[in-house]
Amino acid sequence: MATEVETHAYDVIVIGAGGAGLRAAIAAHDAGAKTAVICKSLLGKAHTVMAEGGIAAAMGNLWPEDNWKVHFRDTMRGGKLLNHWRMAELHAKEAPERVWELEQWGALFDRTPEGLISQRDFGGHRYARLAHVGDRTGLEMIRTLQQRAVALGIDVFMECTVTALLKDGDRMAGAFGYWRETGRFVCFESPAVVLATGGIGKSWKVTSNSWEYTGDGHALAMKAGAGLVNMEFVQFHPTGMVWPPSVRGILVTESVRGDGGVLKNSDGERFMFNYIPEFFKAETADTIEEADRWYTDKKNNRRPPELLPRDEVARAINSEIKAGRGSPHGGVFLDIASRRSAEYIQKRLPSMYHQFKELAQVDITKDAMEIGPTCHYVMGGVEVDPDSGESKVTGLYAAGEVAGGMHGANRLGGNSLGDLLVFGKRAGEYAARYAANLAGSGPVVHADDLEAAATEALAPFSTEGGENPYSVHQELQTVMQNLVGIIRNEEELNTAIKEIDSLRRRIDHLSVEGHRQYNPGWNLAIDLKNMLLVSEAVAKAALERKESRGGHTRDDYPMTDYSYWGKRNLICELAENGEVRTREQPLPEPPPELAELLEEH
Amino acid sequence: MTYDLKLRIWRGDAKGGALQDFTVPVDDGEVVLDAVHHVQALRAGDLSVRWNCKAGKCGSCSAEINGRPRLMCMSRLSDFPKDEPITITPMRTFPVIKDLVTDVSFNYVKAAEVLAFTPTAEQPKAPFRMAQVDVERSQEFRKCIECFLCQDVCHVVRDHEENKQAYAGPRFFLRYAELDMHPNDALDRKKLAQEERGLGLCNITKCCTEVCPEHIKITDNAIIPMKERVVDVKYDPIRFLRRKPKAKV
Ligand code: SF4
Ligand code: SF4
Ligand code: FES
Repeated sequence: MATEVETHAYDVIVIGAGGAGLRAAIAAHDAGAKTAVICKSLLGKAHTVMAEGGIAAAMGNLWPEDNWKVHFRDTMRGGKLLNHWRMAELHAKEAPERVWELEQWGALFDRTPEGLISQRDFGGHRYARLAHVGDRTGLEMIRTLQQRAVALGIDVFMECTVTALLKDGDRMAGAFGYWRETGRFVCFESPAVVLATGGIGKSWKVTSNSWEYTGDGHALAMKAGAGLVNMEFVQFHPTGMVWPPSVRGILVTESVRGDGGVLKNSDGERFMFNYIPEFFKAETADTIEEADRWYTDKKNNRRPPELLPRDEVARAINSEIKAGRGSPHGGVFLDIASRRSAEYIQKRLPSMYHQFKELAQVDITKDAMEIGPTCHYVMGGVEVDPDSGESKVTGLYAAGEVAGGMHGANRLGGNSLGDLLVFGKRAGEYAARYAANLAGSGPVVHADDLEAAATEALAPFSTEGGENPYSVHQELQTVMQNLVGIIRNEEELNTAIKEIDSLRRRIDHLSVEGHRQYNPGWNLAIDLKNMLLVSEAVAKAALERKESRGGHTRDDYPMTDYSYWGKRNLICELAENGEVRTREQPLPEPPPELAELLEEH
Repeated sequence: MTYDLKLRIWRGDAKGGALQDFTVPVDDGEVVLDAVHHVQALRAGDLSVRWNCKAGKCGSCSAEINGRPRLMCMSRLSDFPKDEPITITPMRTFPVIKDLVTDVSFNYVKAAEVLAFTPTAEQPKAPFRMAQVDVERSQEFRKCIECFLCQDVCHVVRDHEENKQAYAGPRFFLRYAELDMHPNDALDRKKLAQEERGLGLCNITKCCTEVCPEHIKITDNAIIPMKERVVDVKYDPIRFLRRKPKAKV
């Protein structure tokens, strides 16, 4: 091509340096591959840092009754049985090993009186199961993995954005991107590419996600020819901050409820008792007395309805607000102050205490918090082989939030961090193995692909008088928030698809000021393309699935349809004309010995 | 309530730069980072700034606000007078890349110098047995979000480029202390910190502790005990042998 491009060659490159990316890189390195990690931010700033509650792993440290089978069952039922059973099985079986591994590398989890890793209660988990460090478990996890990767000497390309995957025929050949610091291009030649780019939440207005969450991996995978599964399922976390406006959407950990907090409406009523669905009746307390006894005696009592899976709680809060029983700033109340001592709260929830004190001037040991649903996580992602994490495209792997299947229609809290570790490790290992077996017959990068990628990335600079990327982004967020939110219907989804289409036309004419060096306007212009493609996938899949289940609620199809939609996944792919196309695919069925576990209580 | 806020933001790059004035509409409940985002969206699309979480958890948005090192996302506008401009400059100790973004690679070099956690011969393989009281001290230090504000404010490197080579800085003294107090770590971290990482240059001014957004008592709980125990280790070999007293678990 016309200009020289800085080029690096690796056996395995990992895109993303959150929990999944770092764990994949460590695994690939341990398997002998020359490995690099590429990330949009500085090392240690990835979204995993925001995870608060813990890592679900059936270690049985507090409840010897707990084991992988119970965890598997909880995960599948939480996912409304739409999970890929094999992923749920591997996750439940391997999570404890992955947690101990972190301890081996220096992580310091909170302890039980016996000196073992302590475990806390969370929504949808039958036993106290989450390994944690106060309410900053994600920070502990990322620090541990980061320090391990640094100690191993793995190469990290920080503040580097990948804009295109490169192929050689049907196989992966590498990736193309730019350094944020200089705006210069860089090419990675690598037969194996692991996507670990996280989620898509930055396309919604009220979100707990950071600027990085623009669905890059989802979009890159589709463009490379892979399919996305379950994209209609987006998790709205029931408890995000609602006030002041600047912090709207910031996460309030589920641990508040796990540790005894309850939800109340403006009448002071614990309304969750009115929202217990048939599916969970047998395992949920129906009186306040039973619910309160559960915290200390789990054998003889059922769990409080505040700890139903997140989709149920988010919908209930939504209904209370709509019915006019909300809090002054359009949320509901989350109260732990009247239920636990100030000392306990500060000990168990230090960063929540800090966050409310400094950002909202609320003392959570004295007053209730105001909270409401916030876009938090996408269950959908790249369709992968459960064991290896490989997508339909040879040499392209995905792990963590960018991969789909594990969580079905709804993810249980605490299952994300475990997912990152279990499938990060697997993807890294299999990617290394694939690269090693190529010996001599590896793919090559084609010069015209580089040229095309460079031209595309620079387009916003050559447009004069075009639109400002910041305003297009805001419009997209409004569309997704209002039309593809918690509650959906056919008419709104159709409107959304039209709006997204017109926004997509408009982003061909973005212009940005300044030059290529550390230019957030340009960077956003590039990320916007991914956001629009992924938003289109979500809206189209949501339109297609004519039922309500987990993180997908249709008010025109309010029932869960077990006989038809309960047996199908929707796959999103890129059609020739650049549009997203959906198709139905049968849901893989678990073998009888696992299916049996799902029935038992 | 919305009002017009005046901001003076340093703009430029390694070659030089100057403060530039902006006026943007802001809301009472907003933080300094929101105001900077308004400038980006409305006035200067190419204004460079780092941020991720907007909740004080990732340590990306460090800068100097009216001369004081702080996180922009945790600095509420209501804490500043409405009618005076707020001045935002990049961290001074690190070389500027562009606008508010600095080259913090110094810290990544220092991080790479830390020898990894090394389990003892008694408990070589996880799951470990460790009591809560024993992990708590190190847990305080692991709250660090790596905002590098303490590194920015520490006078040993802030005005003395020549010290950077031999000085790990408060964030990494914290890391040495964390490993030192880890109930199952086998290496001697104190000696290393003192002899090779410049702990001796610190003269306990506590400026690092003052700016730490995580309220970690860097000086009192990490640096001073490390210094004291270095003395112990030097003069009392018996103490050295039982330098990590453990609770029974
Ligand atoms: S106490 Fe030591 S490390 Fe902290 S700012 Fe002062 S000299 Fe630097
Ligand atoms: S010790 Fe405090 S000030 Fe220093 S980097 Fe960590 S969080 Fe920031
Ligand atoms: S943006 Fe994460 S600490 Fe400010």
